[in-house]
Amino acid sequence: MKINKTLTQRFGLGALALLLVAALAFVMTRTGPLAPVRVSVHQVAEGTLTPSLFGIGTVEARRSYLIGPTVPGRVLRLLVDVGDTVKPGQLLAEMDPVDLDERLHALDASIARARSTGAAAQAQHKDMLARREVAAANARRYIELGEKGFISSGVVEGKQQEQTSADAAVSSALANIAAAGADLRRVDAEHAALRQQRSAVRLTAPVAGVVTSRDAEPGSTVVAGQAVVKLIDPASLWIRVRFDQGRSTGLAAGLPAQTVLRSNPRQPLAGTVARIEVVSDSVTEERIAMVAFEPAAAQPATRGASLSVGELAEVTVTLPTTARAPLLPNAAVKHLGKQTGVWRLAGGDLQFVPVRTGATSLDGQVQVLEGLKAGDTVIEFSEKELKADSRIKVVDSLVGGKP
Amino acid sequence: MISLAGRDVLHSWSKFVLTGIGLGLLIGVTLTMAGVYRGMVDDAKALLANSGADLWVVQQDTQGPYAEASSLRDDVVRSMLALPGVARAANVTYLTMQVRRGPAELGEGDVRAMIVGFEPGQPGEPPYLLAGRHITRSHYEAVADLKTGFKLGEHIRIRRQAYTVVGLTQRMVSSGGDPMVFIPLKDAQEAQFLKDNDAIVNDRARTAANPQFNRPGVPGLLEAVQASQANNRNVNAVLVQVQPGWSAEQVAAPIRRWKHLEAYTQAQMEEILVVKLIATAARQIFMFLVILAIVSAAIVAFIIYTMTLGKIREIAVLKLIGTRNATIAGMILQQALGLGLIGFIVGKVSATIWAPIFPKFVLLLTGDAVTGLIAVMVICALASTLAIRAALKVDPAEAIGG
Repeated sequence: MKINKTLTQRFGLGALALLLVAALAFVMTRTGPLAPVRVSVHQVAEGTLTPSLFGIGTVEARRSYLIGPTVPGRVLRLLVDVGDTVKPGQLLAEMDPVDLDERLHALDASIARARSTGAAAQAQHKDMLARREVAAANARRYIELGEKGFISSGVVEGKQQEQTSADAAVSSALANIAAAGADLRRVDAEHAALRQQRSAVRLTAPVAGVVTSRDAEPGSTVVAGQAVVKLIDPASLWIRVRFDQGRSTGLAAGLPAQTVLRSNPRQPLAGTVARIEVVSDSVTEERIAMVAFEPAAAQPATRGASLSVGELAEVTVTLPTTARAPLLPNAAVKHLGKQTGVWRLAGGDLQFVPVRTGATSLDGQVQVLEGLKAGDTVIEFSEKELKADSRIKVVDSLVGGKP
Repeated sequence: MISLAGRDVLHSWSKFVLTGIGLGLLIGVTLTMAGVYRGMVDDAKALLANSGADLWVVQQDTQGPYAEASSLRDDVVRSMLALPGVARAANVTYLTMQVRRGPAELGEGDVRAMIVGFEPGQPGEPPYLLAGRHITRSHYEAVADLKTGFKLGEHIRIRRQAYTVVGLTQRMVSSGGDPMVFIPLKDAQEAQFLKDNDAIVNDRARTAANPQFNRPGVPGLLEAVQASQANNRNVNAVLVQVQPGWSAEQVAAPIRRWKHLEAYTQAQMEEILVVKLIATAARQIFMFLVILAIVSAAIVAFIIYTMTLGKIREIAVLKLIGTRNATIAGMILQQALGLGLIGFIVGKVSATIWAPIFPKFVLLLTGDAVTGLIAVMVICALASTLAIRAALKVDPAEAIGG
């Protein structure tokens, strides 16, 4: 009995000691420098990927109109408000004509006066013609008498001079008529010009559109060219999208695009790239593209009244599917100095293989152009940075539950 | 010859084991405290290692970007790339803030994190992932450290934008131990420098009220002034990797001299972080560690001493039957060392088990463990000499006298 008890105690203690040593060994190998780095691997498979480009932009109107006066002036009245739909030619606002009407009245009087001057010139002309006839008859008669020697040649010359003067007076009267006519045309032209000015104070809509802002109220003065009312063409809304230059390869007009408006992230709208701007932003290093909504997406019924100019939109442009090539998850791609490559697992050994990568997709797939072939095993995830002599332990997933 | 120590342990093994475990937990606490101290220093070093830089280029006369605020124009990086000896250079921003989880309407609380703005594929990118993928969109995607507790696919909010967590990483912490969240640089610049909406509206109103900027005869001036106020293109630092064959100091010298910026090498940065930034906090922990070590040593010594005193009658009997002093001393020494060994193993195991539960990183170094083992053994041996003295002085008569 006594021996049994001692034996049990010995065994118990021995087991305890073993347990402690085992725990220590377990702890030493699981943590600290001796522990292997847990990694998960990925089998390289061949496939195709559909690269996409992602950019953000704002909704803009392709055509917007700033309606303002051509001369400085004061706003007299404003007939439309923000949100109003206007037709082409509709009166939007009127500038104060100030003295334009009075100047038109003055010109009316000037025209009447010019007409009177013309009439007076005509009458004078007639008078001069009559005088010339008399002078001519007199001169003829005196010449005949002079030839017969009844009167002295001095008297004959006097009558001849009278006839020449009468001729000159007729020419002068004709010139007066021409001058009066020219005067009338000048005043008429001035009148027309003033009427143009008078009509220019009326600001009308050049196209059908929607009023987006009222920039001056009646009574305020504006300078020439300053907008009083702004209009946009609501059918011309599109998105000005900015793509990171470094990730804009393949961007081209005509590519399909998917747009998510900030106000309605659950309903993507279809569109196409309408234009790539020739000039890109050198400060932000972004390329700029205009993405137009598909006609169906542009229908007010589908997009609601919520589409507003200046709204933030996320745009994903889908590029053509690439040729078949080995694919990699981008988590596997590492940078070692200037080299880009992956850690390949071959026969339990880690090896850094430089690769040349091609297109990438937004879900993190990278096309491998050179360096790997299908069937190679590469390290995808690791607990820490790997080195060529790292001890590794391959596991399925490094975090609880694969997403 | 039978082992006296073994026999004695067998005699009262439960007491022996329990004492060992108690001692072990105490040693475990001491080892953990050493781990906390090492973890703090390691956090600072991890920050440097993860940024993957050989040089940190920051604003002149600052010790940024971690220890002080630093602000650079974001086109400085181009002039860095043109310098001889520079292999790669990238802008980076750092901002410690509360990151809100989930959509705004849910409001599930927030997590303290350091927001890192980086350029994909450049230094500053998280060097390895645990799950998910790297950022592929130029906006509104994030890679988060595991310690933030964010899951893949979760939406988090930084300022006014919502970001999707697409990748998880580990051991990416700020010098203060806050986990990092990596987002694209442009988003990070906006998060750091963009004012809130109310402030922007107030600023616009203030500018509009200023007759200098809102002249009736100059249309467009106000809009131009306000547009110029709204953007801020700064970063906190430029991370530079030097070409093979160049030393970091060689590359740093022209940056300091001609670019009028400050450049720190890895060693200098480490000194700024370890010696300056976390110095007080680390010393605080270190002082606590020293006191804890002293107290632990005292307690170990007292336990062994009292354990021996508890057996004083048995020792007296042993002396009475003529056991040699050396045998008795050996028994006490063996028991003390055994106790120390059990204590150390229990301590090491328990420290390893509870270390990952700590909110901040606890680094248990093997070197520290070896030092701890030696210290425990030395303390046990020293303590046993006290006990041996007491045991040897005991009068054999006590065995029958008491």
